[in-house]
Amino acid sequence: LGTVTATANAATIEPQDVVIRDAEVEASLTGSPGDPVEGSKWFKSRKLGNCLACHGNRDQIGEPFHGDIGPPLDGVADRYSEGELRAILVNAKSVFGPETIMPGFYRVFDGQRVREEFQGKPVLTATQVEDVIAYLKTLKEE
Amino acid sequence: MMVKRTKIAVLSAAAAGLVMSGYAFALPEGVDTVQVTATAKDHPLDEIYSGWHFRTPETQALQQDDFENPGFLWVEQGAELWETVDGSEQKSCASCHEDAADTMATAGAQMPKWNEALGKPVNLEQQINLCRSERMGAKPWKWESSELLSMTAFVRNQSRGTPVEVQIGGPMTPWFEKGKDLYNTRVGQLDLACVNCHQGYYGQSIRADRLSQGQSNGFPTYRLKWQKIGSLHRRFKGCMDQVRAEPYKVGSDEFLALELYVNWRGQGLPVEAPAVRQ
Ligand code: HEC
Ligand code: HEC
Ligand code: HEC
Repeated sequence: LGTVTATANAATIEPQDVVIRDAEVEASLTGSPGDPVEGSKWFKSRKLGNCLACHGNRDQIGEPFHGDIGPPLDGVADRYSEGELRAILVNAKSVFGPETIMPGFYRVFDGQRVREEFQGKPVLTATQVEDVIAYLKTLKEE
Repeated sequence: MMVKRTKIAVLSAAAAGLVMSGYAFALPEGVDTVQVTATAKDHPLDEIYSGWHFRTPETQALQQDDFENPGFLWVEQGAELWETVDGSEQKSCASCHEDAADTMATAGAQMPKWNEALGKPVNLEQQINLCRSERMGAKPWKWESSELLSMTAFVRNQSRGTPVEVQIGGPMTPWFEKGKDLYNTRVGQLDLACVNCHQGYYGQSIRADRLSQGQSNGFPTYRLKWQKIGSLHRRFKGCMDQVRAEPYKVGSDEFLALELYVNWRGQGLPVEAPAVRQ
């Protein structure tokens, strides 16, 4: 568990095939649950999720810099089901509307000047999305 | 050419709050804060703030003291270049424009301007290079070269305190519309537009950075991170890099259109060049 392997998992759903229904994505993108410890790393990594750019939460407060563009994520596991969290991560616009500033992390864009090295790729891999969801599920209100 | 420097006597402790301390330099009558009310028709913002407003008290203080402001190294180099003869015509800028304090008191606040001969707008960097190639018979300076940055900083500094005012009517209109379009178009892997960050969330923090309205009145600005002064187009490029977009080229028509639109969004803000940024 938790090791990111280069070989594509047969069960992995590609970004263009994810079905968002009623602001939820029911099934795991990889077919298996993610690793919350890995997820917390992607959450703060500037290169990957960089969620801390916009969100703070008690657990990550040891990090010197976090943003306040989005709401703090404490208790987010009580507010949203796993499927809802997955939809938010895959494509925040499907939940918050087309105007939201929160990027979709499992989407691929054409024709909007995506830098070459990122073309055809989502911000996070399916495994990383599942890891972040596993991490978010630990953020419960005490 | 001597560079006149000023220093603010007392730094206001309120600098970090909403109440603005004054500038170190004299502002024209009626312009006395870093915040102005948007007057332009159809302006998307009610209140317009200089980027200075959003910086830490330390960075603000650095900008307010011309003796401490590292950007003045470039202003000074520009002052020297102003009087340096160059090119086949054996002229300097001063040969034609004489005392920059008089002749450049407003030009820096009104760029880009329409250029009839070229049939397009030109910004300050481009005008400087046009004068070099067309009037001096000298080679244009490279974008982001120390010479072009210095001259831009020097000329803009002569306009310090003059409220930004750009023409957007007549032949400028399609350029303005194009700039507006670019400002509102989401780009890059992160799928964000200028407007998402600088209109929706100014005053809030994106990781370590406090978002400003993305105004242009301080440019060229000295960035502590770069230990160097940088152009507005370099900043645009940086913002596009952040969202993992392929930036337009510095000096491109796209950035020129964006500059026109961004300057219009800051209409009324006094020019502050060289500003100091994090
Ligand atoms: C550029 C800013 C930005 C980034 C980066 C960002 N978010 Fe968000 N997020 C927001 C905003 C803003 C909202 C509130 C919804 C809105 O206003 O559109 C939000 C809402 C959320 C919510 C719902 C919170 C609630 O209590 O309703 C979750 C969960 C969330 N984000 C998770 C994440 C995760 C996980 C990441 C990183 C993988 C992330 N966000 C990255 C801006 C961001
Ligand atoms: C992901 C958020 C984001 C997006 C999108 C973005 N910027 Fe920025 N921009 C920043 C940050 C952060 C800074 C540094 C802090 C500040 O001054 O706002 C900045 C700074 C600036 C500045 C310097 C302001 C000053 O006073 O020094 C300008 C000008 C600017 N941006 C223009 C733009 C333009 C034009 C676009 C679109 C091409 C754009 N930005 C897109 C985040 C963004
Ligand atoms: C031989 C004369 C000549 C020289 C030398 C010259 N210029 Fe000019 N400059 C002009 C003229 C004439 C204009 C009016 C616009 C035009 O027709 O190009 C002008 C316009 C400008 C403007 C725009 C002024 C405004 O109010 O819009 C700036 C800025 C400028 N010059 C800077 C410079 C700099 C910097 C140098 C030296 C590197 C320089 N010029 C050298 C003749 C000259």
